[in-house]
Amino acid sequence: MKRIFIHGLVLILLFLSNNVIAQVDPLIEKVSQKLALVNDYVAEGVMKTDVSFIKASLGKVKVYFKKPNLLKVKKEGGISLLPKGGVSVTINSLLNTKQYIALPAGTQQYKGKELRVIKLVPTDDKLDWVISTLWIDPTDALVYKTFTTTKENGSYEITMEYSSYANMGLPSKIIFAFNTKDYKLPNGITLEFGDEDPVSKQKALKNKKGSIEITYTNYVINKGVSNSMF
Amino acid sequence: MSVIQVNQLSKHFGALKAVDGLSFSVNQGEVFGFLGQNGSGKSTTIRMLLSLIHPTSGSIELFGKSLEANRTAILEEVGAIIERPDLYPYLTAKEHLQLFAKLRSKKITNANIDNTLVKVGLMDRSKDKVQSFSLGMKQRLGIAIALVHNPSLIILDEPTNGLDPQGISDIRNLIQSLAREEGKTVLVSSHLLSEIEQMATQIMIIHKGQKVAEGPIQKLLDPTKMIVHVKTTNDAQSLQVILSGSFSNYLLQRKDGIYLRIPDYEIPLLNASLINAGVGLVGVETRNSLEDYFLQVTSNTN
Amino acid sequence: MKAIISIELYKIFRRPRTYIAFGAIAALIMVIQLGLKMDGQSYAAFLMKDINDTLTVDGKVLNGYLICYILLQLLLVHVPLLVALIAADMISGEANLGTLRLLFTTPYSRTQWVMGKFIAASIYTIVLLIWLAFLALFVSMWVFGTDDLFLMKSNYVVLIQEKDVLWRYVGAFVFASFSLLTVTSLGFLMSSISNNSIGPIVGTMSAIVFFTILSTLNIPLFSVVKPYLFTTHMNNWKEFFDIKVNENNEAIYGTILNVAKIKTSLIVLTLHIILFVTASVIITKRKDILS
Repeated sequence: MKRIFIHGLVLILLFLSNNVIAQVDPLIEKVSQKLALVNDYVAEGVMKTDVSFIKASLGKVKVYFKKPNLLKVKKEGGISLLPKGGVSVTINSLLNTKQYIALPAGTQQYKGKELRVIKLVPTDDKLDWVISTLWIDPTDALVYKTFTTTKENGSYEITMEYSSYANMGLPSKIIFAFNTKDYKLPNGITLEFGDEDPVSKQKALKNKKGSIEITYTNYVINKGVSNSMF
Repeated sequence: MSVIQVNQLSKHFGALKAVDGLSFSVNQGEVFGFLGQNGSGKSTTIRMLLSLIHPTSGSIELFGKSLEANRTAILEEVGAIIERPDLYPYLTAKEHLQLFAKLRSKKITNANIDNTLVKVGLMDRSKDKVQSFSLGMKQRLGIAIALVHNPSLIILDEPTNGLDPQGISDIRNLIQSLAREEGKTVLVSSHLLSEIEQMATQIMIIHKGQKVAEGPIQKLLDPTKMIVHVKTTNDAQSLQVILSGSFSNYLLQRKDGIYLRIPDYEIPLLNASLINAGVGLVGVETRNSLEDYFLQVTSNTN
Repeated sequence: MKAIISIELYKIFRRPRTYIAFGAIAALIMVIQLGLKMDGQSYAAFLMKDINDTLTVDGKVLNGYLICYILLQLLLVHVPLLVALIAADMISGEANLGTLRLLFTTPYSRTQWVMGKFIAASIYTIVLLIWLAFLALFVSMWVFGTDDLFLMKSNYVVLIQEKDVLWRYVGAFVFASFSLLTVTSLGFLMSSISNNSIGPIVGTMSAIVFFTILSTLNIPLFSVVKPYLFTTHMNNWKEFFDIKVNENNEAIYGTILNVAKIKTSLIVLTLHIILFVTASVIITKRKDILS
């Protein structure tokens, strides 16, 4: 229902603002150009998983990227948890496909910055996402936040922070926020009998928001990454 | 010196007085025959001597020391088999001796173990598991366990159970040589009275938990007092003759015939008085065995 | 005392029955390992159904550490029954066989015999546990490899880093040894009461099954007695695999969520062991050996 509504909305928008769509938004172009500087990278970082029903510690990760939209997060010798389908909606994935229409949606204040809000609508039906909103700083052409609705895996909010690699559009921190579903395994399977968990703890676990946060420590850019990594 | 000294020993199981005020002593080097019918309290007494059963009252001294206070030190010098020879079916004969040798503070060498196996005639089966043993072989192994640590006091409860005639003879000789040649004290109980008769120097008979006779075997089986079985054509008439005459004191209360315990010189007089009364006398058998004595003392108490 | 322990161990390990437990554990573990090796992914997928709706789990979830956890969950409920097979036979089995009177006429006190036999049975229990640990942990590590432990509990998931796992298993096995020794001592108590072999074994097994049911049923009526039942505490080895989190919901490396629960359980189990063994000594000392 929601999807049909969004599609309908997009079609109406397309119809009403035909002349706006005709030209590519220069800011998106600027962002794309910045991203185009990076053919591939290997980044090291620390990943934090914050999902109410998951107890995980910080883990070192390596993030591999290759144009146009190959991305892989690997935990060093361990098990990693990533938002399902989340990596397919990173900015690189969104913009590098070039199969979208950009719709300006005004400006918004975000952490003291005046950001331009641009909505992207895919033109290729095969793409997994339905609509994505980008919050872009026009002064440095950096995307600080995206909100993407996917066909299969719900909505993701991705926020980014920048420092050393800002000139190439690479974030120093990226946070995937997403909705989680209930988690419950029957006692008969876990063989956990006896005391039930205290009520307060149960309540805390009902919090349906989850996030995964990667803080990058360094990037190795354009040194070549084998396809076998993905 | 008395090796075993028992005073007023009693054991009650609820209302049942299994042993009731029993006192006796066994001297060093004696083979002490301990007799009693099934359920007479014999095994209970032996188990009390080995501290398997706690006495209700009375005292036991072994080697001049209280068993209760010096149990561990005393048991170092005691070897015993109690009733059935119960052993570990999954162990060999030699392993049994090795295990029980470990439980003694004395140093017991492999040679000691082999000697013991030779003594009881089990050397050629020493490496066989007990599960393949006959009752007689188990009995021999039980005796070997009792002897392996060379104890001063040996308590054997029914040691000839399950043995064939040759085995019985072997064990009898072994017990006698232990006492005679090695000066050991042996307390032996058996239901084979003829065996006890042949090997014991002292005997004690208990009945219903109480002592009914005790003493050197030669004294108990007084050759001047014969046991006589009178066989006649009319037992009722014969009994009348005996009861009316001077022989009534000699009559034994037995249901299987007319028995008298009578000085040997009076036997012809008995014959004459029966014949004179017109009783058809079939025969007068004289007997003087431990079995007869045993039956006599136990039936008197009945 | 050393002599008693050594001959008791000799007897235990010469009995064919002893190896039933070793064989049963090996067979059970190998069957489960084989099953998980052949079709473990579908089992893991089933467990992770809810998680996979939201998250992509990348890595070797079905590794040796998780296999060991699954095995312990399944086996530590049943191993007590195998322990009972030997422990509950230590005194009554000899009474039944008739050999108890041979032992009790040796120059050792009955207290020494009971303690020596208990120590020997405890060593057997520990050896059995080491065998279980070897098969469940080390063989699983070898066959399935190692990775982080991704543990799916009833209400939440714990992801423990690979380096943070092994010491928890050491703790869990030490804890499990207390659990099993409680069973050993209960078997011992039953064994000292009876003169036949089967009664105490069945009695111990029944007691474990009965108390386990009381411990696992969430019925308010039983909640009063639950904290005092040893079966309630026997399963708390699992507490070694729950981890503390800080205010940011980050798991803290090397921590245990509920140390107090483990301590309480160890105290309760130890008290049970002391109680059962002391009762066995008193009963055996006072008993007349009539067998």
